[in-house]
Amino acid sequence: MVTLKKVADVLEAQVVSGQEMLDRTVKQACGSDMMSDVLAYAKEDFVLLTGLLNIQVVRTADVSDAAALIFVRDKHPEQEVLLAARNKEIPVLYTRCTMFEACGRLYDLGLRGYSGKDRK
Amino acid sequence: MEEIYTVIPDDFERAGAASTSLKDLLKKLGLPPELIRRIAIGTYEGEMNCLIHGGGGQIRAEISPRDIRVSIEDHGPGIPDVKKAMQEGWSTASAKIRAMGFGAGMGLPNMKKVSDEMQIATQVGKGTRVTLVFHLPA
Repeated sequence: MVTLKKVADVLEAQVVSGQEMLDRTVKQACGSDMMSDVLAYAKEDFVLLTGLLNIQVVRTADVSDAAALIFVRDKHPEQEVLLAARNKEIPVLYTRCTMFEACGRLYDLGLRGYSGKDRK
Repeated sequence: MEEIYTVIPDDFERAGAASTSLKDLLKKLGLPPELIRRIAIGTYEGEMNCLIHGGGGQIRAEISPRDIRVSIEDHGPGIPDVKKAMQEGWSTASAKIRAMGFGAGMGLPNMKKVSDEMQIATQVGKGTRVTLVFHLPA
């Protein structure tokens, strides 16, 4: 279990919104630009890493109970996407890391993802 | 209690709004978070399918003390081969839809995974109705 604060530090991320929620704890991460895969594989208490910028990223994060939304490769979504995330109380972070680098750093931190063993 | 939501054709901006509204309602009703998560994911997958493949339609959520039934109905082209559509990774979605983050061929299999029961009624040229049933804890 690590806090979002620790996640933000490790990714040298800018916390765009949700500073007050950085004490949330997470144990999993899911990195994908395919929201279909996120819906199929992500578990609760996870951070969602993506390079996709549309509103469906927030909807996916909302229905799957993501603890935070992290945009990789220094990508920034439109204001309306940020507003939707704020309304749903989903913290948003920006990192300059690529997806691979960000996932590697978070794995090193102790976060895990779907390993193929726990699917119904 | 019954809630009805409309899925507007080609409105990708609003797509998913019905599922998040239903999720908010279920939260207010105080259902267990893990159950709400399963219902929200199943409904959202169905809502996206309805928009992408069905040309829009309707979502009906029936909430009773025993279970929650979510039916997603469209009047689109129907599913010619349900067995194929249930295979993970099989999809007829366009490149445009894939670029938006959908069409990975995980929709129907995931809807089956998160629900307690799933029924598909489909007719080529007429449309599709997928019903998801979620049992409430006794």
